[in-house]
Amino acid sequence: MRVPLSWLNDYVKIDLPVKEVEMILTNAGLEVKTIDYYGLPGADLEWERDNVVLGHILQVEQHPNADKLVLATVEYGADKPEVVVTGAPNLFPYVGQGDIAHLNLYSPLALEGATLYDGHKAELKKTKLKGRELRGVYNRCMLCSEKELGISEEHDGIIIMVKDEYAPAYKAGTPLQDVLGDAVLEIDIIPNIARCASIVGVAREYAALTEQDICYPDYEVVMEGQPLDNRVVITTENAKLNPRFVALLIEGVEQKPSPFWMQYRLRLAGQRPINVVVDISNYVMLEMGQPNHTFDYDFLRQRADEYAPDGPIHINTRLPHEGETLTTLDDITHKLQPYNILVTDPLGNLSLGGVMGGLNSEIKPETKNVLLEAAAWNFINIRRTGTQLGIHTDAAFRFSRGVHPSQALLGAKRAAELLRRLAGGTVANGIIDTYPEPAEPVKVDLNLNYARRLSGLNLSGTEIANLLRRLEFDVTVHAESLTATVPDHRMDIEGGHDLVEELCRVYGYGRIPSTILADTLPPQRGNPTLEQEERIKDILVQAGLQELINFRLTIPERENRLYAGDKTWQTDSADTYVTLTNPISPERSVMRHSILASVMDIAANNSRYQGRIAIFEIGQIYIGQPDELLPQEKTRLSLVLTGQREVPHWQTGDEPPLYDFFDLKGILEHLCDNLQIQVQYEAARHASYRPGRTAQLLLNETPIGMMGEIHPLVVERFGIRIEPGQAVLAADIDLDALIPAIPQAYPYKPLPTYPAVREDLALIVDKTVSAASIEEALLTAGGPLLQEVKLFDVYEGKPIPPGKKSLAYHLTFQSASKTLTDKDVSKNRKRLIQQLSKMGASLRE
Amino acid sequence: MLAQLDELYAESLEKLKAATTTAVLDTWYKETLGRKGAVYLMTRQVGQLSPEERPVFGQQINKIKTDLENAYQERLAEVKAVELESHIASSALDITLPGRRPARGGLHVITQTLREIYRIFGDMGFQVYRSPDVETDAYNFEMLNFPPHHPAREMQDSFYTTKEDVILRTHTSAGQIRAMHNYYPEPVRVILPGMCYRNEQITTRSSIQFTQVEGLAVGTNITFADLKGTLTEFARRLFGANRETRFRASYFPFTEPSAEMDVSCFLCEGEGCQVCKYTGWLEILGSGMVHPVVLRNGGYDPAIYTGFAFGMGPERIAMLKYGINDIRLFWDNDLRFLQQF
Repeated sequence: MRVPLSWLNDYVKIDLPVKEVEMILTNAGLEVKTIDYYGLPGADLEWERDNVVLGHILQVEQHPNADKLVLATVEYGADKPEVVVTGAPNLFPYVGQGDIAHLNLYSPLALEGATLYDGHKAELKKTKLKGRELRGVYNRCMLCSEKELGISEEHDGIIIMVKDEYAPAYKAGTPLQDVLGDAVLEIDIIPNIARCASIVGVAREYAALTEQDICYPDYEVVMEGQPLDNRVVITTENAKLNPRFVALLIEGVEQKPSPFWMQYRLRLAGQRPINVVVDISNYVMLEMGQPNHTFDYDFLRQRADEYAPDGPIHINTRLPHEGETLTTLDDITHKLQPYNILVTDPLGNLSLGGVMGGLNSEIKPETKNVLLEAAAWNFINIRRTGTQLGIHTDAAFRFSRGVHPSQALLGAKRAAELLRRLAGGTVANGIIDTYPEPAEPVKVDLNLNYARRLSGLNLSGTEIANLLRRLEFDVTVHAESLTATVPDHRMDIEGGHDLVEELCRVYGYGRIPSTILADTLPPQRGNPTLEQEERIKDILVQAGLQELINFRLTIPERENRLYAGDKTWQTDSADTYVTLTNPISPERSVMRHSILASVMDIAANNSRYQGRIAIFEIGQIYIGQPDELLPQEKTRLSLVLTGQREVPHWQTGDEPPLYDFFDLKGILEHLCDNLQIQVQYEAARHASYRPGRTAQLLLNETPIGMMGEIHPLVVERFGIRIEPGQAVLAADIDLDALIPAIPQAYPYKPLPTYPAVREDLALIVDKTVSAASIEEALLTAGGPLLQEVKLFDVYEGKPIPPGKKSLAYHLTFQSASKTLTDKDVSKNRKRLIQQLSKMGASLRE
Repeated sequence: MLAQLDELYAESLEKLKAATTTAVLDTWYKETLGRKGAVYLMTRQVGQLSPEERPVFGQQINKIKTDLENAYQERLAEVKAVELESHIASSALDITLPGRRPARGGLHVITQTLREIYRIFGDMGFQVYRSPDVETDAYNFEMLNFPPHHPAREMQDSFYTTKEDVILRTHTSAGQIRAMHNYYPEPVRVILPGMCYRNEQITTRSSIQFTQVEGLAVGTNITFADLKGTLTEFARRLFGANRETRFRASYFPFTEPSAEMDVSCFLCEGEGCQVCKYTGWLEILGSGMVHPVVLRNGGYDPAIYTGFAFGMGPERIAMLKYGINDIRLFWDNDLRFLQQF
């Protein structure tokens, strides 16, 4: 909503600096988004007070040497008038009329030295006015167009302002800043201030906030025409959909441009002036918030001649018939929906009520008689209609946010009176006001203690009442409460809480104290799951991984790239995706089933720039449940490693070693060690991973995830750029299973009192024997003194026989009760070797 | 014999002075004071002397031994000092060469921002409560006092799913009712972080997916003044102790009164800059007193309980703090971006 301050000033006194007005409105919820200045300081073109003034045109004569130029004699408050050379076509009609001072034509006059925009340039270019000879007549001043002043693009003629009984009292010589200078506030109309979608609406708020009285527009109409009674009948079929319909008839309207002051206000408010009838309709809507519509009365009468030659025009509002269509005045034909409300006559529909007029019944250039409609409509129907048909008119904007039925009569009278005054019309005698169920005044009770408790303000009933009265509430104060009658321009007050907001706004949010919560502190339970997730993130970050946060919207096809050539993986989930009906793009139409797929995509994107990629994400996947409304949201961890294991350094050269399977496994071991969780790794097969380099993670024998080297085909499908020999490692783990297993507390291991004895042992075993099984056997056979088994070498090749491998271990023996002797250790060692030889292991000498 | 002794002493001192390395000193020591060194060999000659001469010779040789030992220690210290100095001098590094960095990991900048928010509110007794991303229309809208076709719904364009009444939550306010049901009849003090989704064009300023942190406090003694105090405290902890806050009337269907909180611009100190659009204020969060309808839907009787709620966008906070001008960077996950934080 664009609000010119000069217009606002018609209804409430604006005597504070613009910035303060802005702050007062913004703080009260009428957020000023921008301020546009016209001619005033702050504008791109400031009209110099001494050099740009108002001129009174006294006479217009033909230029002696040029057909297309005239000489205008202009009085501007100086000792003698100035003769100005101009080519403005809108002065030509006055040539040769002699003294035209009595016509009261005024125009902005720029004096020599004034800075203006160059009217002949397409862009806004400033230029300084210099005196020069124009075809033999010396000229030092200029009458200005809108473009030259930075008001609009208009440059077809100069601005001509007529002083009459309805126009401001123009006076020659007044600095133009004081006449047309303005600041326009762009106010964001949020849903609960729909009442402020008008200048009067904003004025009302400003008056309340600054404790001033408001001066409403003149809502009286002079009706001197023939009676309207027998000429038009209006019925509304559903008072819920169309609570009120007011109509007035204005006859003998002259269609011409509206006066400059109205055009200027419309322009500043963001409307293009059209002609006096359309402009008045828009002006009243902007001024007091009631949209209105004009019909060609003679067209309606012609139709009535068909259905009731001797009877009145019959206008009826109703819902559409099955299959009914309507052509709006933008010449688009709409198929109507059951919730569109129509203004009709017995022959068919005339307009889309509250949204847009129909093409056939609209005002035409030759229209003389205007039937004016101002109505109230159900805001939900208007909202649905506007959205469905994609029509966003100013009327629909207001009606879809709620315009109180009380405003219809005021708006209709105001528009009719302006048509009488400015368009030369005669208002038929009588107002048709179809208002079968007048809105009851809304009364709201407010408990005073509740008001104090909610606001934190310790105010008396009278103080609260006085704050509300500033917003035109009619308030009665009782002992413990008050009753407020809501003013009839508002539809947003339902309960005491609404009144508290109003009293806080008027009191000033800024004046309400700031206090620290004194209420009982709830039991502090924390969020253990979140805390563990965050702990896992920290451990992975310590291990050198970067956390990601990805889009959770994807498509199944993108996720299925994870499964190399194995159809069974693609069928499990297709119908369990949470699927959008209105995706923003086909690429983001379902909620993800896999985090790994998005982490792989990020690996691919980064592989163009990064030598080392070590990334992870913790987040939700969404598995739709056929019998449940909402999907299961499961928390998973996915991580991907590829590329250089270390940051390259000048001492180690450009190509540090690459990540492999055991880096990934080491990170997972590091994670589980930190979490005090025992996880088993079991060789497995999975369509995402390279066979032979894949493991399933088991927690207490239950699978909780997969890890391994990503299958080369999958790497290729994701487009991860890799060097020869470079592997992509990944893991995908169910945190809903892992996190509950993290112990809250665990016993520490006491530090040893007696020294440890370390022994090395190299075994030769079949290549197929797993390291884990040897380690387990060693620990079992080693007895309680064997504290630690650590593999330090794996070797195949000569002199180890083919099909065999050598595993070398550091064994640590230690007792908690004594220093071990060689005898103790060798006894254990012997037993160990004996046991292992049963597994086919031999000692490597 | 004594003369020989003097001669040995003088000669040895001479050699000691000439020694400039620890290696030469080592040799000198072996040859002079070692087990088969010159002094020892002299000692063995004591047998050739008469019993009268022996004490004098003995005394003399012990003196020489001690003196030489002292002289050696002194010289050794000198030489060692010189050697150390020259070793240090010759092993200076070009300290401008780059260091050897450990492989760096990091938290996503939004996780970092969220944790800061958790910590500050945690100190004030607000605990984290999480609720689903995929929500029912009832939790996301209806129970929060957004009736169907209400104009406020237009402020948040939803993604709908193939299941009727199931949408992607447009704000984490959707968890308010769930939290109230969970905690009733205890007082509530929670923050609700999470991912939200809106059907909007993806631009530098808006995304179809964004995180939000909602806050909710419900109790028998909670006022609008508490809302102001709590959120001002939060703003000062997050943006600096000197920050001013401004509360402006606003509108959310689930709060009444509602307020927008601005923080004095920390980039220009309120002077006016491009980021604060020359207003001196930065819009940080929306807030308000919990609407009685919402309290009732959560199980709390509005005649007894009041509460406040607020909501903020961690991306906006991070954008302001680090001067990030494109919201799309957050989910692009370019490591060159993420590793700056």
